[in-house]
Amino acid sequence: MTPPLVEVIDAHRTYELGRDVTVPALRGVSFEVAADDHLAIVGTSGSGKTTLLNLMGALDRPTAGEVRFAGRDIRDLSGSELAELRNRRIGFVFQSFHLLPRMTALDNVILPLVYRPGSRRDRRERAMRALASVGLADRMDHRPNELSGGQQQRVAIARALVTRPDLILADEPTGNLDTTTGDDVMGLLEELRRDRGTALVVITHDRRLAARAARRIELEDGVIIAEHASSAAGR
Amino acid sequence: MKVTEALRVAFQALVANRLRSLLTTLGVVIGVLAVVLLVAIGQGARDEITSTIEGLGSNLLFAVPGSGDFTEAPSRARFTLDDVERVERAVGDRDRVAAYLVSGETVRASGQRTSGTVFGVSDSFTAVVTREVDRGQRLTSSDIVTARRVALVGASVADSLFPGEDPIGQTVTIAGLRFRVGGTLEPVGGSVFGPDRDEQVLIPITAAQRLFGTDRVDAIFVRSTSTGTIADDARILEQALAQRIDPSEFSILTQEDLIGAIGRVLELMTLVLAAIAGISLLVGGVGVSNIMLVSVSERTREIGLRKALGARTRDITLQFLLEAVALTGVGGLVGVGLGIGLAELVDRVAPIPAIVTGWSIALAIGVSLAVGVFFGVWPARRAGRLDPVTALRHE
Repeated sequence: MTPPLVEVIDAHRTYELGRDVTVPALRGVSFEVAADDHLAIVGTSGSGKTTLLNLMGALDRPTAGEVRFAGRDIRDLSGSELAELRNRRIGFVFQSFHLLPRMTALDNVILPLVYRPGSRRDRRERAMRALASVGLADRMDHRPNELSGGQQQRVAIARALVTRPDLILADEPTGNLDTTTGDDVMGLLEELRRDRGTALVVITHDRRLAARAARRIELEDGVIIAEHASSAAGR
Repeated sequence: MKVTEALRVAFQALVANRLRSLLTTLGVVIGVLAVVLLVAIGQGARDEITSTIEGLGSNLLFAVPGSGDFTEAPSRARFTLDDVERVERAVGDRDRVAAYLVSGETVRASGQRTSGTVFGVSDSFTAVVTREVDRGQRLTSSDIVTARRVALVGASVADSLFPGEDPIGQTVTIAGLRFRVGGTLEPVGGSVFGPDRDEQVLIPITAAQRLFGTDRVDAIFVRSTSTGTIADDARILEQALAQRIDPSEFSILTQEDLIGAIGRVLELMTLVLAAIAGISLLVGGVGVSNIMLVSVSERTREIGLRKALGARTRDITLQFLLEAVALTGVGGLVGVGLGIGLAELVDRVAPIPAIVTGWSIALAIGVSLAVGVFFGVWPARRAGRLDPVTALRHE
């Protein structure tokens, strides 16, 4: 039996701020993400949702409990192996886009491909296709400051997709966008998830946005307080 | 990440901060330029002195008091004219033996004055060291025997004392005594290092001894008839002198020895110059380190992003290391270019010869790259070790 894409088993994450000062951000969280899941993790600021995203994104390791990616415990992986896992299987979409201002849209999308083998030409072609799939075929040579917020987030989505990841982690993807643009961006993410069979995990404090997901997990003070299946968005 | 890719990223970052990169590189440029230029001047000095010594003609042997090594203290032993005569008898050919006594003096003539190096010489001197007498006559043996007050003046001396006049037959005053100008020496061109040979004034060695109140002789020369007989002549010269003077109190030098001895002194000087220039290169390196730290802290979010997208610690370290090396490498190349250009300019415009040497270029570029690695490693490792979570949240 193939293991779930991501398993979070009684995960704890505690931050040490100073001597004898520890802040528990996650206090025993368990859930699974299936290969074609559409999951929303909802919670207020300080609920631990970003910490959870860091663990699911293999950016951080739990202080106790397990986070398994495709059956492998990320605590067993070295720094380089985690980097490779992020590069090959995970795509990140951030609230503040995190595009490099010096680079064109195309070069920003190429960025994750730089850290894997392949020819420059091949990278360019893949990045161009990814940009075309988010509707920015005519903006490839623009720098981020020449693009609107919605366009910038589309570039970031193209960057997340270009590696053909198994999981897209979106951290408040519409947080810096107006409602209409935000809906467009979410629509795009959902469409790409359906078309490509990628799992999508959206982290948000926006309940309207969370309602679009097939499943919803509510976090508060580092624990899951509710889990819902939603009928608003079809699988 | 491939090295070529990392290099491309590094250059992009440097170009994005043009002014800052330029100013940082400037420190390295100046250091490298200084190394190349100063070593070129040192080398120029060596070549100049070598050619001056070689200009004395070939197959020359010198006997001087002391060890003959200019880095050691001078000896107190002295040669006299008796020693010269003994050498002449031993060699068996007066025309192949010469001697001199030297003193820097002010030479005056009818209100004009100039400083010159006054050589008391034997009559064979001009022939042995191949100085040509331009006009007038060489010194004769009777000039020596009678200590005649006659002088052969170098071209510069003639020009400054008798501008536009015929110096032959005129009178010059040396250390208060009047000498008749018997001839002028053919100009051989000045030398920046050591006395200018065109400022020489040659007088009979006997007259010089009387003038300076001494009986010493500073050096005895023997010209061998061929390269093959240099060793034999050296032995003859040594035996003749050893009859009166302890062999440890004088030394016999060939032209090669002399070039070698002076060469060692100049080599030391060149090394000292290169070391001083090297310090400025180090200071440039500190600047690189500083700016790399600034660059790392400015780009913390970029580093976090790259790590999130799959960059390993070593990818980030390599990228920043290459950035530092690119800074110093470019600085090294520009510095070498400017150094060569300036050396050329100095060589042409200033009276100092400058010869750019391959090793100084290789050294300067090598050191500047090494400075990049050395001063880049620390900031680069710092960048590589950044935690992606914290780096991404960095404002």
